[in-house]
Amino acid sequence: MTHALPSSQPTAARPKPAEFLAFAVLAALLAVAPLAIYPFFLATALCFALFAAAFNLLVGYSGLLSFGHALFFGGAAYVAAQAAKVWAWPPELALIAATAFAGALGLGVGALSIRRQGIYFSMITLALAQMGYFLALQAPLTHGEDGIQGVPRGKLLGLLPLSDDRAMYYFVLALFLAGLLAIHRIVHSPFGAALKAIRENESRAISLGYSVDAYKRVAFGLSAALAGLAGGAKALVTQSATLTDMHWTMSGEVILMVLLGGMGTMTGPVIGAIFVMAIPEVLNRIGGPNFSQWMTVIQGAIFVICVLAFRRGLIGELAARARRTL
Amino acid sequence: MSDRTMSDRTKSEPLLKVSGLQAWYGESHALHGVDFEVRAGEVVTLLGRNGAGKTTTLKCAMGMAPRREGSIRFDGAETIALPSDKIARRGVALCPEERGVFASLTVLENLLLPPKIAPGGLSLDEIYELFPNLRERSTSMGGKLSGGEQQMLAIGRILRTGARLLMLDEPTEGLAPIIVKQIGAAIRRLKPRGFTVLLVEQNFRWASGLADRFYVMEHGRVIDAFAAAELPENMDKLHAYLGV
Repeated sequence: MTHALPSSQPTAARPKPAEFLAFAVLAALLAVAPLAIYPFFLATALCFALFAAAFNLLVGYSGLLSFGHALFFGGAAYVAAQAAKVWAWPPELALIAATAFAGALGLGVGALSIRRQGIYFSMITLALAQMGYFLALQAPLTHGEDGIQGVPRGKLLGLLPLSDDRAMYYFVLALFLAGLLAIHRIVHSPFGAALKAIRENESRAISLGYSVDAYKRVAFGLSAALAGLAGGAKALVTQSATLTDMHWTMSGEVILMVLLGGMGTMTGPVIGAIFVMAIPEVLNRIGGPNFSQWMTVIQGAIFVICVLAFRRGLIGELAARARRTL
Repeated sequence: MSDRTMSDRTKSEPLLKVSGLQAWYGESHALHGVDFEVRAGEVVTLLGRNGAGKTTTLKCAMGMAPRREGSIRFDGAETIALPSDKIARRGVALCPEERGVFASLTVLENLLLPPKIAPGGLSLDEIYELFPNLRERSTSMGGKLSGGEQQMLAIGRILRTGARLLMLDEPTEGLAPIIVKQIGAAIRRLKPRGFTVLLVEQNFRWASGLADRFYVMEHGRVIDAFAAAELPENMDKLHAYLGV
């Protein structure tokens, strides 16, 4: 399939000060955030933010609405947990294994699902993810309802102990920023331009000589790998891998995050993820645990408002107002 | 490159040879056996009323019609059963009627997007020289262009790849006369560069100044053909065919 990739084409190098500024502001805010917010919560939120950004690479830039991304997030969490706990691998190796596992799985799932389009594509990804869910529920390796608990965070590169929440947070922040930069690079490469072209007018892209299936497969694999990195990091942060991460509602939640923040924007999914993560925390503070039972209702209401009032998402709407890409 | 040796071997054969081409859209039988050929370096125009099958013929040659039978030989090789992207990589390019400019990519990105398939394509500068508007708007998004600029971009985009057969579907439709003139001038300048052009056009007056040969289509068949030199004596017939 390599012949299908345009190797020698430079893409327009467009200076995007707004984008860099947004990235710098985001990085700076996140760097000082532990001063005000509990680092454990922040680290978990960043894992979801990276998950959302990875999902956005697929839905926002390639136009493929996967309804099974929990498979990669949750599956990779199990791999990282298994590697760190049972095999006693250091955290960096556990994460590499998780990412590679999700990427390979993504290439396979992608190869099967992109044979169909639209709702059928989404349904195939959902079906495959549900198969993964039931495997995780039944297999002895994943310990059913219990999941894998008490995963050690270990020492990063054998030096830095991650047991401290703050150290863990900055490690996750580094992973998150690297992930975001990787996505930015992919989106603004000739490969990314081809993805956007395919999203916009598939038959036109084909007739210009693109083997679009190859592109979609690679996009799917990249998105799955990054979702896997997020899932693996989440397993280390929460020191557990559970069925929740593989449940279809997780696939739904990541769609909500991306829609809320702004599909096809760089920072939108991050904001969306942090927002969705913050809702239950805020509800807890306001009204205690009873109030947070209303979580799903409130999420639903937000979803409806988002779709009705600002379909481009929070950042998407801002970007449209400012006529910039954010 | 291998296609160079191929074209040497098949010098006697036309660049594009369509014979007995039939096509269907679902139940509807659109082409009933189309025969024509385009020799290397020619500008050939398909004429005919709406619904005669001109666009479908181009789509078949690009591998885009859903069901097609018969024979389409490009550069000596059969392409009827090939998928669209493989045909493109052999050197066939289509500029469709709806233009298909990618709205979320800039003009420059649109130009750079199609993969280079062979040497011999125009450079960016040469494309900008043909269509100066594109140079001015190179950082604009495709979706922000006027209709004329979109058409220039849609044509410019297929000039870079090294494709040898350019198929242009109604390139002047709905455009201001000044832009139509500019597009005509561009096509005239492409010919000496070795491009072969297959044109579908309603604007007969414009096409008559460009094409070497004409085919007339009706009800999914080619019903007549004549060279540019034979135009004057065939004008009455042509008026009857086209109803103009």
